[in-house]
Amino acid sequence: MFGGQFLLWRLVRHPSGLVGLTLIMLAIAMAVFADWFYASGPWTLAGPPRLWPGQDPSFPLGTDSLGRDLAAGLFHGARVSLAVGIAAAAVSVVIGTVVGGLSGYYGGWLDDVLMRLTDAMQTIPSFLSAIAIVGILGPSLSTIIFAIAIVSWPMIARLVRAEFLRLRTYDFVQSCKIIGMSDMRIIFWQILPNCMAPIIVASSVLVATAIIVEASLSFLGLGDPNVMSWGTILGNGRAALRTAWYMTAIPAVALVATVLSLNLVGDALNDVLNPRLKER
Amino acid sequence: MSDLTTAAATRERSALPGLRFLLGPLPRYVLRRLSQAFLVMLLVVVGSFVLVKMAPGDLVDVLAGNADMTADQMAALRARYGLDQPIWLQLLRYMYSLATLDFGYSPLNAAPVLDIILARWPVTALLVASSVLISMTVGTVLGVVAARNAGNPLDLSISLLMLLFYATPTFIIAIGFILVFSVFLGMMPIAGFSTVGADYTGLRYVWDVVTHLTMPVLALCTFFIAIYGRIGRAAMLEVLTLDYVRTARAKGLSERRVIYVHALRNAMLPLVTMAGLQVSSLVGGAVLIETIFGLPGMGRTAFDAVFERDTNLLLGVVFISSLSVVVVNFVIDILYMALDPRVELA
Repeated sequence: MFGGQFLLWRLVRHPSGLVGLTLIMLAIAMAVFADWFYASGPWTLAGPPRLWPGQDPSFPLGTDSLGRDLAAGLFHGARVSLAVGIAAAAVSVVIGTVVGGLSGYYGGWLDDVLMRLTDAMQTIPSFLSAIAIVGILGPSLSTIIFAIAIVSWPMIARLVRAEFLRLRTYDFVQSCKIIGMSDMRIIFWQILPNCMAPIIVASSVLVATAIIVEASLSFLGLGDPNVMSWGTILGNGRAALRTAWYMTAIPAVALVATVLSLNLVGDALNDVLNPRLKER
Repeated sequence: MSDLTTAAATRERSALPGLRFLLGPLPRYVLRRLSQAFLVMLLVVVGSFVLVKMAPGDLVDVLAGNADMTADQMAALRARYGLDQPIWLQLLRYMYSLATLDFGYSPLNAAPVLDIILARWPVTALLVASSVLISMTVGTVLGVVAARNAGNPLDLSISLLMLLFYATPTFIIAIGFILVFSVFLGMMPIAGFSTVGADYTGLRYVWDVVTHLTMPVLALCTFFIAIYGRIGRAAMLEVLTLDYVRTARAKGLSERRVIYVHALRNAMLPLVTMAGLQVSSLVGGAVLIETIFGLPGMGRTAFDAVFERDTNLLLGVVFISSLSVVVVNFVIDILYMALDPRVELA
């Protein structure tokens, strides 16, 4: 699809695509090599507490109030933040695609019911619902992913529905119907591949949003207590904001850079996949 | 005969002008929006009920955790709270109690949930309303300035600022504000709704609240300043190419008048649509902001409720917040229709 490597090449030549991709690769590398660089994990009390960055060469980013290495936290946190972001985005893309696809393909009462439901979901304050879901079901990675996915699929559903409404009138869909192809086959094997471009663009933004929501939950103390994400480090650092603001600033920079790069890649993908819309 | 019936019908209709209006497009539109609002609240209620049922253990398990109870006592309690009844009956009872605004009792505050929420509601409403007004104004102005200088360094720097505002999570902006303005510069109060123990009155009190709310409101604003700026810029660029703007220029109107009176009016329409979504998002963001800045609003209440395992209170906040958002959205829809007569009523 979209010429594989060719797409990557065009992304790299796009200025914001290049910056975004570089930063994302950096975050992914941190996540992948976390165990290799910091094998003992983020929770180990590695050195003296409250070491400022640069104070001790063996702790380049300093240590937190308990003496845990902030660099180790940053590497292992990248793993959690990215994994939750991608998993939550994937689940909401699946829900959104099914709802939007059925709605746009069949129209009629089913469309009415599903779209009213989508509207309603979009009206309910999403972060508050996420807090309620995680708070009541108990904080764990799976409830956090579930909570983020359940509040963020409506955006994808609307997008997919609009694409299906446009595509279902095309000749190739009519031909499929004439040769007696089943509806499910038409929806998922014929129409869906043709609306992958906007879904991919929206997914990059969705991953960014999911990372923010996870960080916000962990910051509030609603993260999975067994893993350390960037939000957890931020929440811990907040108590020492007056005296040791670097504990908050370091994960904050990592978080903003990742979210920014995902948005940049989204913009670049949009330009590359829809060249006709470029002048907008 | 048919003429007679028609005449009778006409007479009847003119005799009841109110009925004709009631069957007209406006009330039907209002009715449709009302049913949608009802659906949202139904979803909130059913969602809350399902959530509580999905959670491990029930109310009696929680109560039993605090006191020694025999199995008989627990069964008696379950019967008292109706937990031994079929699930659909429990849902109906739950819906009935919420419809009558009975959210139960909050053990955390030793008071009915509704009383607590009503006391905290104004703080959140003030926070959200000021954020909507400020972000809409600032965002629109930035968007218009960017559109007028499209391609210039000014446009580029505004766009970069928007990108940064867009990518930075609310709670990080809030912490950044505290760090810079309260810790480093010592200009701003770090937390609270007003100075504790100062007992200011009149204008002095208003000013005190304004200084306390400045950072929270601005932190809540940034994301939507970016959104309004982006939408405003795009809408403005589109409107500026339309014929009626060229006509206005050709008439010899000043550029200021063309932009701010003629073009902006139409460029504002997509911004108004955004306001409804924004209110919903801000109510969620208020949890973070009120927690960070120690404001006694609904968001802070939700946060406390989660950590005290006060489910009644938490779900009460979700219900009242959603209800507030639904009402605001309803009003915006009606306003939108008044602003833009082209909006389809059917």
